[in-house]
Amino acid sequence: MSSVIRKWALTALMAVSSTALFAQNPAASGQAANQGDNRRILRVDITGGISQPMPIAVPVMPTPSSVETLAGTTAVLGRQVASVISNDLKSSGLFTPSQQASLHNVSFPEVTAPQYSYWLSSGAQALVQGFVQANGDGTLTVGCYLYDVFASQEMLHKGFVVKPADWRRAAHKCADAVYTRLTGEGPYFDSRIVYISETGPKNHRLKRLAIMDQDGANHRFLTNGQSMVLTPRFAPNQQTVTYLSYVGNSPRIYVYTLGSGHVRLVVNKLNTTFAPRFSPDGKTIVFSMSVAGNTDIYKVPVSGGQATRLTTSPGIDTAPSFSPDGSKIVFESDRSGSQQIYSMNADGSNQNRISFGSGRYATPVWSPRGDLIAFTKLGGGFHVGVMKTDGSGEQILTNGWQDEGPSWSPNGRVIAFFRTARNSGHTELWSVDLTGVNERHIPTPLDGSDPSWGPLLP
Amino acid sequence: MTKSKLTISLFAGLVALTACSSHQSKTASLPPAPTTKAPAPTSNGNADVGAVRDTVVPGSHADFLRQVGTDMVHFALNSHDLDSEAKAILDREIQWFKKYPSTRVTIEGHCDERGTREYNIALGEKRADAVRDYLAKAGVANSINVISYGKERPLAMGSDEESWAQNRRAVTVTPN
Repeated sequence: MSSVIRKWALTALMAVSSTALFAQNPAASGQAANQGDNRRILRVDITGGISQPMPIAVPVMPTPSSVETLAGTTAVLGRQVASVISNDLKSSGLFTPSQQASLHNVSFPEVTAPQYSYWLSSGAQALVQGFVQANGDGTLTVGCYLYDVFASQEMLHKGFVVKPADWRRAAHKCADAVYTRLTGEGPYFDSRIVYISETGPKNHRLKRLAIMDQDGANHRFLTNGQSMVLTPRFAPNQQTVTYLSYVGNSPRIYVYTLGSGHVRLVVNKLNTTFAPRFSPDGKTIVFSMSVAGNTDIYKVPVSGGQATRLTTSPGIDTAPSFSPDGSKIVFESDRSGSQQIYSMNADGSNQNRISFGSGRYATPVWSPRGDLIAFTKLGGGFHVGVMKTDGSGEQILTNGWQDEGPSWSPNGRVIAFFRTARNSGHTELWSVDLTGVNERHIPTPLDGSDPSWGPLLP
Repeated sequence: MTKSKLTISLFAGLVALTACSSHQSKTASLPPAPTTKAPAPTSNGNADVGAVRDTVVPGSHADFLRQVGTDMVHFALNSHDLDSEAKAILDREIQWFKKYPSTRVTIEGHCDERGTREYNIALGEKRADAVRDYLAKAGVANSINVISYGKERPLAMGSDEESWAQNRRAVTVTPN
């Protein structure tokens, strides 16, 4: 028994999917064999053939003594932190957390000495315990421990020191540590999304820039809706957002500074500029500009200055997206007669079409891992899909009426997009993972479109 | 004074109604499609309109609508080409602009909802540019601004061929 490597094989309900997609990732069994000597290693295997989320328990986190903080008592926070962790893990589709209320109350000393026999009988394979402690200086420490229930051994322990107001971030960081330890995938829960909040009738929608945590918490509006705004994109350092605004009835791209609310015009011309995206180093914005009836892709230093033209086709060239190393740009062009995806060097040289399937392709977005390009496919509705960077290996992941505007999670395993309802025009934010199986609604106070998933928070 | 303003807006409403109905049929010259509402008077040759005519200020948007018959042209799917029907409308616009060359003009480009957001901004811009270029080539001297709303400002609310055809449009906006 102890030499068995347990795998939790989770993907691949979609027959074509994961083997090729995840070939670049270390296979669970390989790593396990390296570390494993004669022990079993608890591991979620995302390369396998069955879809079976791992049962995991995240009981309420105790506190050594309940202390009032600016975010509530440490006893209440212990319950909330466990709920956030549980919700994060569940949202990945790779775990089935037990109902919190059904679990036994963990005492503070028990955090480092789990009652393995109880957890074994509860059906949990993995156990996340922790504590919330008020420090004398006004900060909190959130302890985070992961245990392999069958092997009766600790898999990780971490502590996060945060201001009380940032307690959710400590919970996300704990969930990220657990997720990464059990799946081998990079973390993504401690991250934010900027998007367009929408409300009102279809022919006169009020559109506002808004920001929230990836799970919908800490929601905040950034603009008041007086001017229509569209297509926000996070800067890599997350200090700024670039977006399209119709302020003054002149659609042009701006940079919004989070915190101060300062707004700056990027290209000081009267031409329509749109579809802005940052380069990975945050120094350049690539965008589209319409000049005399022709739309081409340009780039400009974020600090301002002269725009450089990168494409010259007479068609519509738009929706540019940098590769994570900054050397290439994918974009869409209708130069062939219909919207298709092209790749070029960052200086505009070597432009090559990469999409050759049936239908039209739009909004290519390079994965942060560098291996895949997400896109919107048009033809019998809009669907979000992924292809390799040479255009091969196409997979369609969603099948709403209109699913549009993909944006990658920081670890390149989940894609946020927006779904428009037929006739009513209502929009919602959704996410889907690379298996196409785990599709989830991202809650927003009003309708939502154009999600841009930011990088992992520091 | 209040009365005449009311009459003008009523009249503009009538013209707008007629203009809308005519877009639903293939050619502008066909009568409006039958509706469940009481039949609206047509915009000319009618006793009601005769009473209103004097109140339309020459050079106003109401005057534009009366002379041209509509303020919008329509496009085929994914196209920014002006067809003969569109050109016939723009030819009437040209006659009007030559009478009022100092009127500032904005051409709005719009798309149906079957394109992605950013592509439609570019396509709407092309549609507005096509109208501006046609007017400019004919010698219209007015200051012409273009703006694309992509698919963000539909006229018809449905998700069907009829609505999409109405929404693929360029609108000539003149001051009231």
